[in-house]
Parts: sequence; C-alpha cells; structure tokens
Amino acid sequence: MVSRFSYTLDSSLDSVNKVEEAAEQLAQKSGLDEDRIFQITMAVREAAVNAVLHGNAYDPQKKIVASFENTGSSLIIRISDQGKGLDPTTLPDPLAPENLLNGSGRGIFLIRSFMDEVHFKLLHPGTELTLIKHLDSNQNRA
Amino acid sequence: MSMKISNRQVDGVTILDLSGRITLGEGSVQLRDAVRDLLSKGSKYILLNLADVNYIDSSGIGELVSAFTTVRNQGGELKLLKLTKKVHDLLQITKLYTVFDIKDDEAEAIGSFTRS
Repeated sequence: MVSRFSYTLDSSLDSVNKVEEAAEQLAQKSGLDEDRIFQITMAVREAAVNAVLHGNAYDPQKKIVASFENTGSSLIIRISDQGKGLDPTTLPDPLAPENLLNGSGRGIFLIRSFMDEVHFKLLHPGTELTLIKHLDSNQNRA
Repeated sequence: MSMKISNRQVDGVTILDLSGRITLGEGSVQLRDAVRDLLSKGSKYILLNLADVNYIDSSGIGELVSAFTTVRNQGGELKLLKLTKKVHDLLQITKLYTVFDIKDDEAEAIGSFTRS
C-alpha cells in the first residue's frame, strides 16, 4: 500500500522524537521484522539529530522537514535542514584506530550501516538526506 | 523516554544500574553527570549495568566512550555489564566491542577490577 506524509518541525529534541516515532510507525506498518524496524528507526533518528544539532544548530528560526513514503517496494525517508550544508566526503572514519575513542562522529556511519541507500543533497542552504530501505530484498535476507 | 540510574557499592566497585534510553539530551547527560560525580568522590572503579538499557543512539555510544576514557585517564576502570542484543550489536558495528571490557556475570565483573 503506497502512503506518504511529511512534517515541518522546529529544530528541537522533541522534533527528533516525533520523527523517530513516525519512522517506527512507517516501518511497523510495512510488515518488517523487529530488527529492521529498529534499524530504520535508529537511522532516521540519527538523521533527524544531524539536521537539528549539526544542521540547524537548534536555531529557532530554522525548520527541519521530514517526509516518509512507502512506495510498495521501498521505504523512502527524507530529512532536510536549513543549515550550512554537509559534505559527507569530509567526515572522518569512526572505525579508524585514531578515531575509535572519539566521543562523537558515528551518526552518518550508523545511518549507512542500517539503510540500503543513503543520498546527500545540498540545498543552499541546508542538506537533504534520503534514506532508503528496500522492502523485498530485506524480507529475503537472513 | 528517559533514563534512570541507581547506584550501589560492591567490594570497592560502584555499580550504576541504568534503565531506559541513553540518547542525545537527557540520557547522555545523566550518564555523564553520574560518572563525573563518582570520580569527584574518588570512586574510579565503575561498572555500568546495561541490562535494562533498551536503546542507545550514537550520542549515547559516544557518551559511553567518553566515560571510558575519562575514567581511564584518572587511573580508574570502567566496564560494561549485561548488554542487550541491540547494544551488543551496535558496539560490534562500531568496533567498540573490543575496546570495552564487557562482562555477563556481575560477580565475575566485580572480581576483574584491578583495584590499587
């Protein structure tokens, strides 16, 4: 069943929680198992945290937009902010020995670990992250 | 949504029993404050019981790492006890499973601290 909805939200932790809950509901309704619901929910939370914290820096004048879509074959979640813009090629590898004990820098890595596709788009200003989980391939995976 | 922390002492080791979520904001800050408070009181052998932690995000993972390094830099030890499957998997994905000393048995964990 195809469905789509979106929210425009303040740059706050409440918004992060709202986006996380929406992602969990979308994943639950799509019939995924508990592990994949967790993966999607966590990846979307991390993307929302990035938008609110690193993108908009809690600026009350800036909004985040979260859209959720079940195409029937994939779940597509887009999270955008109005910040300075994120260049993913500049992010340090959190698995490198010199970064392993860093207190931050694992969010994008976890998003990439848990989703089938992750795309970055610069918005001028801001960044849009597109997170995709393919439903069919996931159902067949062990 | 928040996290609860209770504190007990066993044979010179402080056990923090955590329950709930360790996430950006409340959970991470509570953990940071609890560890700092213990260190300020001279308690530097700390066992974090994560048996009832059902969710942790990248901020929470970062807080565990920061707590580990902070305690170690002060000559103490911080170990983890009873990971849930989700937390276990996250520490494996992030290659932190081998960084932390992780135990399943509380008595064994207590005995493993090298108190000076």
